[in-house]
Amino acid sequence: MNYRNDQDPNARKQYARIISRYNPKSPILADCVKAFVVGGIICMLGQGVSQFGEEVLRLTPEHVSSFTSMVMVFLGALLTGLGIYDKIGCFAGAGSAVPITGFANSVVAPAMEFRSEGVIMGTGARIFSIAGPVLVHGLLTSIIIALIRMFI
Amino acid sequence: MEYLKAFLIGGALCVIGQLLIDLTKLTPARILVVFVVAGGILSGLGWYEPLVEFAGAGATIPLSGFGHSLVKGATEAARTDGIIGAFTGGITATAAGVAAALVFGYLVALIFKPKTKM
Repeated sequence: MNYRNDQDPNARKQYARIISRYNPKSPILADCVKAFVVGGIICMLGQGVSQFGEEVLRLTPEHVSSFTSMVMVFLGALLTGLGIYDKIGCFAGAGSAVPITGFANSVVAPAMEFRSEGVIMGTGARIFSIAGPVLVHGLLTSIIIALIRMFI
Repeated sequence: MEYLKAFLIGGALCVIGQLLIDLTKLTPARILVVFVVAGGILSGLGWYEPLVEFAGAGATIPLSGFGHSLVKGATEAARTDGIIGAFTGGITATAAGVAAALVFGYLVALIFKPKTKM
């Protein structure tokens, strides 16, 4: 049998078919579906909180967005403290990291973890380990854009 | 209908984040930075506000919405207060979320013991 006959298109197709049976299915699609569903549910929850603030509490539009952020951040922080958010994160990946509840998680998780280094320098400093880069770059972006738009 | 839009757009933004995790070497922490900066730039170009009007919480709850709030606040304050406004507007607009994250984060860290390693 000529094993070097890789010009034969039939043999190639056959080989591809055989090998595909043993390849693991790409996890990217499954990851994306989980991220989509969980991220979407968190945003729907945010929509509910926002409409509650608007229609039940009759807050002004600015206060509605502040209220929504505060409630979602509170939920993210509490679920992280209870150890539930990290379990959701293992399943959902970016679906739980990208929403603002994930930002709360990134604040609480290191703050809890480094409490052993003391409340002042452990919790107080590590609370910014991920929030710090986010705030610095976000703020920098906002000031640069605001200045550009002032002069253009 | 608003809930469906929030679900679809919010889910789609999270899929973008998931693709960044799976296809690049970016860590989740860096992806949060990318989202805030990207949301800010899109907001500066005037493209994020229509998404917020369409999807509501689907656009404001993902961290790109945080970048949008920063830029919107800074730009609006710059219009009335000039350069000082450009510096104060972003933090003013996002103060509730940031303060809540720090206060609730601190309290939760004091009350609960860590259960899983990050």
